[in-house]
Amino acid sequence: MSNNPLPNKERIKLPRQKMPEQLAQIRAHNFQEVNTGFDPEQARQESLRCIECGKPGCMDKCPVSVDVKTVMDLIVRGDYMGAAAKVREDNALPAITGRVCPVEDQCESGCVLGKKGESVGIAYLERFVADWERSSGQFGLPKNVAPTGKKVAIIGSGPAGLACAGDLIQMGHQVHVFEALHELGGVLIYGIPEFRLPKDIVAHEVQALRLRGVEFETNVVVGKTVTIDELFNEEGYHAAFVATGAGLPRFLNVLGEHLNGIYSANEFLTRVNLMRAYRFPEFDEPLYPCKDRDVVVIGGGNTAMDAVRSALRLGAKTASILYRRTETEMPARVEEVHHAKDEGIRFEMLVNPVEFRGDEKGNLKSVICTRMELGEPDDSGRRSPVTIKGSEFDTPCSVAIIAAGTSANPLIQSSTPGLQVTKRGYIAANDDTLATSKTGVFAGGDIVTGGATVILAMGAGRKAAKSINDYLHSLNAAAVETAKAVAD
Amino acid sequence: MFPIIAARPLARGIKLFEIKAPRIAKKQKPGQFVIVRLDDSGERIPLTIADANPDAGTVTIVVQAIGKTTMLFSMLEAGDSILDVVGPLGKPSEIEKFGTAVVVSGSVGTAMAYPTARELKRAGNKVISIVGARSKDLLVLEDAVREVSDETYVMTDDGTAGQKGLVTEKLKELVDAGLVDYVLAVGPVPMMRAVANLTSPQHIKTMVSLNSIMVDGTGMCGGCRVLVNNSSQFACVDGPEFDASQVNFDVLMQRNNMYREQEKQSIERLQADPEGQLKQLRENLHHHECAALATEVVHEQ
Repeated sequence: MSNNPLPNKERIKLPRQKMPEQLAQIRAHNFQEVNTGFDPEQARQESLRCIECGKPGCMDKCPVSVDVKTVMDLIVRGDYMGAAAKVREDNALPAITGRVCPVEDQCESGCVLGKKGESVGIAYLERFVADWERSSGQFGLPKNVAPTGKKVAIIGSGPAGLACAGDLIQMGHQVHVFEALHELGGVLIYGIPEFRLPKDIVAHEVQALRLRGVEFETNVVVGKTVTIDELFNEEGYHAAFVATGAGLPRFLNVLGEHLNGIYSANEFLTRVNLMRAYRFPEFDEPLYPCKDRDVVVIGGGNTAMDAVRSALRLGAKTASILYRRTETEMPARVEEVHHAKDEGIRFEMLVNPVEFRGDEKGNLKSVICTRMELGEPDDSGRRSPVTIKGSEFDTPCSVAIIAAGTSANPLIQSSTPGLQVTKRGYIAANDDTLATSKTGVFAGGDIVTGGATVILAMGAGRKAAKSINDYLHSLNAAAVETAKAVAD
Repeated sequence: MFPIIAARPLARGIKLFEIKAPRIAKKQKPGQFVIVRLDDSGERIPLTIADANPDAGTVTIVVQAIGKTTMLFSMLEAGDSILDVVGPLGKPSEIEKFGTAVVVSGSVGTAMAYPTARELKRAGNKVISIVGARSKDLLVLEDAVREVSDETYVMTDDGTAGQKGLVTEKLKELVDAGLVDYVLAVGPVPMMRAVANLTSPQHIKTMVSLNSIMVDGTGMCGGCRVLVNNSSQFACVDGPEFDASQVNFDVLMQRNNMYREQEKQSIERLQADPEGQLKQLRENLHHHECAALATEVVHEQ
């Protein structure tokens, strides 16, 4: 029975609630969260808009199949803890996905209301219930289950690893997560800035997993500190899930790329986020100064938006996006682009850097770009940019951040005999089971797909958990068979 | 948490630490390094593994107090801990039978050169070590090096120990005598560049261990990129050892100066109140110890 008192024709008349946010002029100078979140009245108003479709498109479009319709109804009823627990059944990290999911391509793109007007603000509501749960000081934790005696190693504590850990612990397995860095959360910590995803939210989600029995070990680079074979043969693990993320930053391979002041987005964001360089000298990690200087960021994805908005908050005189296609082709979330524009980020479209120039000390002074025009669509379906001859121009800048994507980090692949890789160097895994060519080893997230999104990685983590569970039970069945054969 | 089991000064401003890190002790090979972070507000810095004892689960690292982190680190003693140690990182040194191998090291670089010299000797090479320092009181591990080398030469800028002069002067004598099949050089960039300039025209295989600035140490950030044979290589995963004749030392030196101003600022902050900062560090680490205990209790329940 629905708790929603309104008939459908009333529901669809309700306007979509606007997410309250820090004023652009203020937030451009601090690292506090941009969106400040719904209050209960807004949450109720927004959840009342759901028309409770017979076949909910939102759930189909969600990579982890959250039962959105039921969650909406629980919010209408005012049972926020119940709503949080319902989300947690399918999504181990609701406070995180409610903030960083590209919902316009996922759940909200499946919402019927979006076809004629505006879709229900599903992410905003997911965030609301997760924040409600966190501020209550309680965890909506599922019940413990009987232990199976099987040990699983999860390599990487990013979204894929955490989602997988959440499901496996619920299936009764012993779960140990290895993290190469000193802090848990992977890209959620080193990549996504504080103003978009506060670090204490990630810490809270990790703590919830810890309370459910997941063990974590930082400072372990699997492939260097210990190998997968050693985990199996010497430490008694029965299965492993490789979720090490995308890996190596791509550079442009243009002249002058070694000048001081040129960063990969990975390095810039790692210094700012993981190492808290924005709080130097209170925190020791230094950052090449952005204050009162011109900063350019090359790229059009979410990473580029995170980098350019961080540079602005560090006091950059100008902070610009340089992108070689047009805004239509930019892969960044729509909300991030809007936020960036409100804050005063400049967008230079159809430009392509061809050279960096510096002074006699090797410090960056300017970037030479060419103007581009769009040609025929390429493999990705996007129209590929073509250089306009003789259009070179010089843009002064002191800091340049390259957000041109990543390629596979070969650490695990090269240290694990029998593990097959794709021709691009990613780990080859079965689409349905995420099993690799090596028995007992599963892989998912960016190390399989290349750079993607948090929620897709989480979806992979959940899929892997299911396959690993099946695999571990098949081991038991096999052992029983062997015992029988011996007895016969 | 990684407890410091032993700590002793080796020379002026240079201190040796044995740190409990069983996983690293078991896996490390000569030429590899660790990245350490002292506490929550600390930076990540790479330090060479000078030795290890897999049975005791300890690794030995040698720290020269030149920046804020290394200065603060050097104030720690046995019984203290540091928050993060990760490794072993980088590729191990190439160990082969080359013939006559000359290991050239400058000051604290000797800590890194020593285990490689030992392995080169074990692999059947004739090992000649040239140990350099500005002055006698900056020489480290001279005895250890002597023990694993067939010949050892000490060179100091001021002549207070061994011969007065540069390591390259001694190396040139050996090269001119046609005695050298392989060279490893570890030390300050100008020294490594001088070695490369000397051996490259003679086509003597020469490796240098590059000390570029790093953050994660796993290839993820690209901050340690160096130009080798005109292509970008990451010192943390492709190195730290590279063919000396192919290394662009100017770019290395330029990039190592990138944070000069910030480093100065951090050092001034430390020097304003070294005891206070040490006390703060110890309090932070104590807090972590308590938190780790609390987690164990949760797991036992």
